[in-house]
Amino acid sequence: MPLLANSRTKSAAVSLSDDVLDARLRWQKKLDRVFREVTRFFALAVLFVLVTLTVTLAKGAWPALHHFGWKFLVTAEWNPVKESFGALAPICGTLITSFIALLIAVPVSFGIALFLTELSPRFLKGPLGVAIELLAAIPSIIYGMWGLFVFAPFFAKNVEPWLIQNLGPIPIAGELFKGAPMGIGVFTSSVILAVMIIPFISAVMRDVFDIVPSLLKESAYGLGATTWEVMRYIVLPHSKIGVIGGVMLGLGRALGETMAVTFVIGNSHRLTASLLMPGNTISSALANEFTEAVGELYTSSLVSLGLILFFITFVVLSFAKLLLMRLQKQEGTRT
Amino acid sequence: MKADRIYRRRKRNNIIALALGCVAMLTGLFFLFAILFTLIKNGFPALKFSTFTENTPPPGSEGGLLNAIAGSAMMTLMGTLIGTPIGILAGTYLSEYGSGSWLASIIRFVNGVLLSAPSVVIGFFAYSMIVVTSGHFSGWAGTIALAAILVPVVVSSTENMLRLVPNNLREAAAALGAPQWKITVLVTLRAAKAGILTGMLLGVARISGESAPLLFTALNNQFWNVDLSKAMPNLPVTIFQFAMSPYDSWKQLAWAGALIITSAVLILNIIARLLLRRKVAVN
Repeated sequence: MPLLANSRTKSAAVSLSDDVLDARLRWQKKLDRVFREVTRFFALAVLFVLVTLTVTLAKGAWPALHHFGWKFLVTAEWNPVKESFGALAPICGTLITSFIALLIAVPVSFGIALFLTELSPRFLKGPLGVAIELLAAIPSIIYGMWGLFVFAPFFAKNVEPWLIQNLGPIPIAGELFKGAPMGIGVFTSSVILAVMIIPFISAVMRDVFDIVPSLLKESAYGLGATTWEVMRYIVLPHSKIGVIGGVMLGLGRALGETMAVTFVIGNSHRLTASLLMPGNTISSALANEFTEAVGELYTSSLVSLGLILFFITFVVLSFAKLLLMRLQKQEGTRT
Repeated sequence: MKADRIYRRRKRNNIIALALGCVAMLTGLFFLFAILFTLIKNGFPALKFSTFTENTPPPGSEGGLLNAIAGSAMMTLMGTLIGTPIGILAGTYLSEYGSGSWLASIIRFVNGVLLSAPSVVIGFFAYSMIVVTSGHFSGWAGTIALAAILVPVVVSSTENMLRLVPNNLREAAAALGAPQWKITVLVTLRAAKAGILTGMLLGVARISGESAPLLFTALNNQFWNVDLSKAMPNLPVTIFQFAMSPYDSWKQLAWAGALIITSAVLILNIIARLLLRRKVAVN
């Protein structure tokens, strides 16, 4: 305090003896250390959440994993009455829905980022960007309700009959499109998931496209390249790490999305080849069954599902984070 | 002749790509407006005065959402009160003390992962911490789950905003002899105030719509309850249960609740963005 003095305390500070000043300095140094330790303590709280989560998931999952062994991962049977559980159906459901969601979301997100960085008039860039970001803010139960009451009936009436009629008869690949047009099912969930992750992927893509140096782009334009060629041969190669990071981020979101999927996937533990049939994902199984699960093995099997989901998303998100961090480091050295 | 053909093909490809870009943008906007339109169309007629004054009804009868709204507001408020200080202090450590240290790098990395980790899994954290040890579902468990989701949001926004504060400010304060903690609290954090508030509001917007982690922490409650040590009524889970129910009056209430929750979340988002923009304009 004495050293940050205003004019009124200045004269007083000058007249203070060295002893008092020393004591104040020591006191401030002590406060410094306390503040530093307090901030570090709360920073460690972040680690605490992760460690506790991992340990309790592993502990909760142990009875089921011990009882079923590795067969837990490759069995599709899910029978609470016989207490026989296998995670194959939800794992497949999670991976398939997320994969299809990515197939739909990546091109659309790329298009949105292309529009926002290269095409949009300046005055529209901000509002349109915000509009897409608001899409990410809508809670997932709202996506679920919209999917169940609006999108699924529309899909069942207008799209699925066409798919069944035209793609169903194709050998092998047609198996994906067999069944009755019910609206709810794996494919519908994938579409809803795609809409939910588009804002995340396109936001990252827009940001990494924006930091491509204008010099590079202008050189290409100067050589006579079209906008698309600049995008394809200059911007995309230059920002590919960021783009992959963004896609991984979207994948991580899709894998763990719970409520929206629970509404529209139909929650069936049967494993079918058809994308139009009801299915299940890890997160929707948890949302549906966890509070109702009775018996140690049933609960433990659900916790195992949670552990598997946590593991998959952790790997995917770590990968995304590492890529994006590498990009940030590069950016730092360049300037 | 050949050059002419190549030129025309390049031009055509360009037009196709740009047209597809426009289509993608319109697709995104279409979904936003389709969802908002549905909410308003179904939610507005269902929204009555009694929605805000009566508790959730038993199956098949009329009622409101008062207890659910109150429960949600309480858990969101408590979650924010617990999560925000933790997040700000942790973010301060990462930006002001930890740059360069391996511990900070690890925490930054873990925080980034937790930021996008499935909320249903984060719910397990609160479940194992509170529900398992106390033996029953409670509002506190829901509060902790929401706080655990809020913390990473606040940590990363605090860190990013503190990094934007010019070093000149810190150096000027240090040159005047201010101790480090005073520089951080009175200069750096104050300079980044608007940005940190934005991060907090975005975090609040996120947790106020979360339902997955509440399913097995706060559960739900048909009755009026403001006691956090009991199962708490809350809006997201009520919407989930009512929307999936076969009763028409419940479905109506679900739409009304959906409209309320979405408006709240979107308004919070827009306020947060306006705050940040004004701040940027001042700089």
